[in-house]
Amino acid sequence: MTDTTHLNGGEATAPLVKRLGPWIGLAALLVVLPMIFSTNSAIYTMNLMGIFVVFALSYNMLLGQGGMLSFGHAVYFGLGGFMSMHLVNYIEEEIFVLPIFLVPIFGGLIGLVFGVIIGSFSTRRAGTVFAMISLGIGELMAASSLIFVAFFGGEEGVSGDRTMGPNILGVDFAQDIEVYYLIAAWAFVTILLMYLFSRTPMGRMANAVRDNEERAEFIGYSQRKVRFISFCASGFFAGIAGGLFAINFEIVTEENLNAMTSGVVLLMAYIGGVGFFIGPIIGAVVFTLLQTLLSNYTEIWQLYVGVLFVLTVMYVPQGLTGILAMHGPAFRMQRLGILVVPYIRAGLPTALMLCGIIGFLEMIHHLRAAAVGETGMSLAGIEFDTHAVMPWVVVVLMGSVGAFLTKTQMPQLREAWDQANAPLASDKGVTS
Amino acid sequence: MSELLFFSLLNGIVTGLLLFMLASGLTLIFSMMGVLNFAHASFYMLGAYFAYTISLYVGFWLGLILAPLLVGVLGALVERYGLRYVHRWGHVAELIFTFGLAFLIEEVVQFIWGKETKAYHEPEILQFSLFTFFGQDFPAYKAFMLLVSIAIFIVLLLILTRSRIGLIIQAAITHPNMTAMLGHNVPLVFMGVFGVGCALAGLAGVIAGPALGTFPGMAVVLGSIVFVIVVVGGLGSLTGAFVASLLIGLLQTFAIALDYSVSDLLAVLNISVDAESALRDLWALSLPQVAPILPYLLLVLILIFRPTGLFGKRET
Repeated sequence: MTDTTHLNGGEATAPLVKRLGPWIGLAALLVVLPMIFSTNSAIYTMNLMGIFVVFALSYNMLLGQGGMLSFGHAVYFGLGGFMSMHLVNYIEEEIFVLPIFLVPIFGGLIGLVFGVIIGSFSTRRAGTVFAMISLGIGELMAASSLIFVAFFGGEEGVSGDRTMGPNILGVDFAQDIEVYYLIAAWAFVTILLMYLFSRTPMGRMANAVRDNEERAEFIGYSQRKVRFISFCASGFFAGIAGGLFAINFEIVTEENLNAMTSGVVLLMAYIGGVGFFIGPIIGAVVFTLLQTLLSNYTEIWQLYVGVLFVLTVMYVPQGLTGILAMHGPAFRMQRLGILVVPYIRAGLPTALMLCGIIGFLEMIHHLRAAAVGETGMSLAGIEFDTHAVMPWVVVVLMGSVGAFLTKTQMPQLREAWDQANAPLASDKGVTS
Repeated sequence: MSELLFFSLLNGIVTGLLLFMLASGLTLIFSMMGVLNFAHASFYMLGAYFAYTISLYVGFWLGLILAPLLVGVLGALVERYGLRYVHRWGHVAELIFTFGLAFLIEEVVQFIWGKETKAYHEPEILQFSLFTFFGQDFPAYKAFMLLVSIAIFIVLLLILTRSRIGLIIQAAITHPNMTAMLGHNVPLVFMGVFGVGCALAGLAGVIAGPALGTFPGMAVVLGSIVFVIVVVGGLGSLTGAFVASLLIGLLQTFAIALDYSVSDLLAVLNISVDAESALRDLWALSLPQVAPILPYLLLVLILIFRPTGLFGKRET
């Protein structure tokens, strides 16, 4: 670790406070969060968030940092979860004596073991071969989990009781808040470890292999070995996430290692932005919020997530973090103020358009899904009748007027953007 | 036993040819654009749903023609305004785009048609049993599926090898730049092949919908199997796709039909096992149980030991 910081001279000379600042901030945030959001549902959401953050970050070790597109990452997550669940049961039966908070590490180890086994043949190539093998392994594991009932528990899965472990410092994890601090601590440690991993020479070589495997070979590194090590580390952290999942929900099923979960983690990492270390964290947080909050209000939240995903892939491949990072230059030149008014001018009609589109979709969904004879629906607190003409006219008007106004605001937004990002020198030339 | 073998053989061929209709489009698209289209099976699903809706108004036969056309147009639009746009971000983005599209199409299908299985049936004309063999009926609709699949296979083969368009397509696959230099509109060829591939998948959906059920999960059920076929047969090889389709079709039907388990094998070898051991599931493992994982096992083995596939010329 110290070697790396010396290699990157710029970072080594950066003041210690500046390097440690974000981590102290993160730790403080993790401690304070449940005091601000103390309701049960908030704690539930934050627990899920923590698990997904670790899972998505472990996924990004493959996709973002190693250039390996995996469609079967849930295998390591799920196996880690199953192993941890069995361990919790063994602890309950007093076959082992182990504090519950150490269980995720065994989830991680099983993830690592399977990472070593599967990585030994799948990391020979990146690209489509790797993607296909991961897909095949994913399907293989998901199908096997229904066959081997003794270990995977068939369709019901495996469940356990996390409160039966040895009682340490009076904490028995009966409360969700205690599990929150367990997950937060593990999340903090694993985020730090994964960050440090990306800073080691090994992490840098993973980036090199991702960008150009041939050149990496010419400077004397085996691309296969580099990928293999990334792959194993990624499996380890995914297993830890699985272990946290098992402790939090006290049940692990086939669903946790099938293609759906593999797809979700890809979605989270990509929406957040795979090019940045922090990207998957943002992606996991946003996705969990969408999943838990949106599903309270609408039954078609997955449709919105799907649209968001496809739009992200098409127009912002850098992800949400990429959008934030785009504002970096303007921020450093202290010109973000220029953008505020244009953003509001473009944002308001866009919001109007979105309201129209969402209203339209929700009404169609209501028409199809509501019980026969039930024509009234309520949206954002407004009650109306979906079989009348008026509400349809309103949403179509909102959508089309919003779209039109958004379009008229685009040129001024672009102009302001160019102005905010113009190089300093030329800017001085214009003003003085 | 012999009637079991006979019917398994017939069913295997029907399944295999159906799979080929999907795999042929997918493998052509891959060899041209280098992109494995995750949404290919979604177009198959759309075909079934479109045909279901059309059949409510004008009957099965018009649906058989109109639905694939609609799906083809939709596919061409996706290529023109989706894939071609995403191409600038590279191959991985393209793969993820088709993956997202598959996710989105499933959600849209649930949004429009709902989660329940649709009552999409074969036309009454075909609701009789074609022949009875050893007391088992063979439904006429399966024979119809068989006929349509074979007809499509022959037409596809003739177009690709005997017609001018087929020659241009083959040229565009191997030497896209040279073909463009000769004055052919290669992007248009790409769009056309993508559209036709999707239309074929749609047609497969139309004829499979009544037999295998029309529900939002039907794309997932077949989606990864089609990948297996394309990879096992060799990417870009039509012959390979054909052989692999039949292979997978037969493998699946025979594995379900032949009910042997590991314990049978052990009994033959005179080994007795403890019925209560932790590995009891392994001893009780039977062929029908492992049927769903056989294709994926084959996929992984092929990718490890012969990455070019059975008939492919280049590595994945």
